[in-house]
Amino acid sequence: MASLSRADVEHVAFLARLGLTPQELDQLQGQLNHILEQYAKLSEIDTSAIPPTAQTIELENILREDVATPSLPQDAVLANASRREGEFIVVPPILGGEGS
Amino acid sequence: MDGTLTRLPGHALASRLRAGELSSREIVGASLELAERHNRALNAWLTIDRERALAEADSADARFAAARAEGPAATAALHPLLGLPVALKDLVSLAGGQCTAGSRILEGYVAPYDAHITERLREAGAIVLGKTNMDEFAMGSSNEWSAFGPVSNPWDLDRVPGGSSGGSATAVAAGHVPFGIGTATGGSIRQPAALTGTVGMKPTYGRVSRYGIVAFASSLDQIGPFARDTRDAAALLHAVAGRDERDSTSAPVPVPDELLTLPAGDDEAAGWLRGKRLGLPREYFVAGMEPEVEARIREAVAALEGAGATVEDVSLPHTDYGLATYYIVAPAEASANLARYDGVRYGLSIREAGRDFIADYLATRGAGFGPEVKRRIMLGTYALSAGYYDAFYVKAQKVRTLIKRDFDDVFGSGIDALVAPTSPTVAFRFGARIADPVAMYLSDACTLPVNMAGLPGLSVPCGLAEGLPVGLQFIGPAWSELALLRFGRAYEAITAGAGWRSLEPAQLHLADDPSARTPMDRRAALA
Repeated sequence: MASLSRADVEHVAFLARLGLTPQELDQLQGQLNHILEQYAKLSEIDTSAIPPTAQTIELENILREDVATPSLPQDAVLANASRREGEFIVVPPILGGEGS
Repeated sequence: MDGTLTRLPGHALASRLRAGELSSREIVGASLELAERHNRALNAWLTIDRERALAEADSADARFAAARAEGPAATAALHPLLGLPVALKDLVSLAGGQCTAGSRILEGYVAPYDAHITERLREAGAIVLGKTNMDEFAMGSSNEWSAFGPVSNPWDLDRVPGGSSGGSATAVAAGHVPFGIGTATGGSIRQPAALTGTVGMKPTYGRVSRYGIVAFASSLDQIGPFARDTRDAAALLHAVAGRDERDSTSAPVPVPDELLTLPAGDDEAAGWLRGKRLGLPREYFVAGMEPEVEARIREAVAALEGAGATVEDVSLPHTDYGLATYYIVAPAEASANLARYDGVRYGLSIREAGRDFIADYLATRGAGFGPEVKRRIMLGTYALSAGYYDAFYVKAQKVRTLIKRDFDDVFGSGIDALVAPTSPTVAFRFGARIADPVAMYLSDACTLPVNMAGLPGLSVPCGLAEGLPVGLQFIGPAWSELALLRFGRAYEAITAGAGWRSLEPAQLHLADDPSARTPMDRRAALA
């Protein structure tokens, strides 16, 4: 089964948007590879004819009436934002900044 | 304050409240006093809201007085949880209260609304004493991964209470509250129940609405009760269970009212066992199981047999694959659920002017998440990444089908419930498994497959091994919570006279000391 190089670990950390220190990356490389070795056990089983299970209780097509209901007050929603300007949450610039 | 109040089960307190012999204010006052006094030594609570709890106790007392004035029919109609204190794991939203999920990334986050179960508890008149400690985002089996410090087990303060719902289990074991709410993704209710000598139940997937609960792995997460006996656990489950439109995975399955009337009498309770077929899954006696734990389980099984149940050896052949399957499915779902913590709308936010926004995300998430959460996000991201999705995630979901079929086959053959150990070991010392994730994951070997199959499981105390609690697990088909609780109640009845039943947690008295060592101190000393 696959094993992760240091570059793989860095790539996965970037995909996961986790800024990790060199020490964390080192430690994770060893630990993730150890855990992946445990995964290898699954290849003992032939599952070619087995359907996957994504949910265990068979509920289907749960729908409700499309009726408007009251939302949270604006202040309650904005109260947890780290940066706020009036009625808005200040987000980091995603266009036109130095990094784009 | 009456010290014995805090050892009484909720149903005993409820009778005295209705009779007017006791007030909710007295009960909640005693609870607050004990929880606050113990918190230095146990660290079970992240927040305790004294003023709100006492105000709610007063309004409960007003409802009792009004009902008593109206007559016996009115008092009988009161909810069994009215006026009684309950602990909420700190991933359950309580409007206006901090909700951290044990993580720095949510430190200071204040829930803007109540979770469905919080609403239900309010309607019942239960009083939320505060929010309890937990492994960060419910990832862990020892509570050592909380960003706010570990929790000490009241049976031995150098040992963990299990996890991830370690704070709620400890609060119930220590007598702070008769009722606690936990959540389980792999074993996070039953395993800490076993390690603290309490009753804990993971209901069927879909039994309780998760609206307002911080998500970990959405095809597995479920909410359940802690209590000191099965009657209380059943009453708490009854209060929170049922369909809720805001969680489309909550099932439209009726919640039996018999949960409120489990037999009080031991003879009636034990009578349930006659003619019942119990299966003993041989794969649950795993390698690494402590001999004294196995001995307690075998004794418990013999007692059930002696009281009229038939016990048959059964096999769940794919049990051994549960751990690997779980540690693909759960981290994969977690990596998606935890993508929302971006430091923009809420939570920790680390930004630098002029920097690329992705650098802000990396910094925020790198600083906000702890080691176990990072490990699981990494595992999940890898398992879902291009080229590995089929090899890991789809493969694990196929094995999950086989695990579920094992249970279907056993229950299809007429077995009423399975009886098994909850945890292969008693509570372990701080640090014993922290450096080896795989050793930590083995703590849940006997509970994970049940979650993978979406089934209900109950853990009840069944004695001590080396002076520490052992948990006996009952597992049933979907929606069989009532039957499982009747099995648990029957086991309580046939062991009602056992000496260990009347024991207080062995080191609880040490938690009374105002200068007691904290769990952080103890962990450091053992490192």
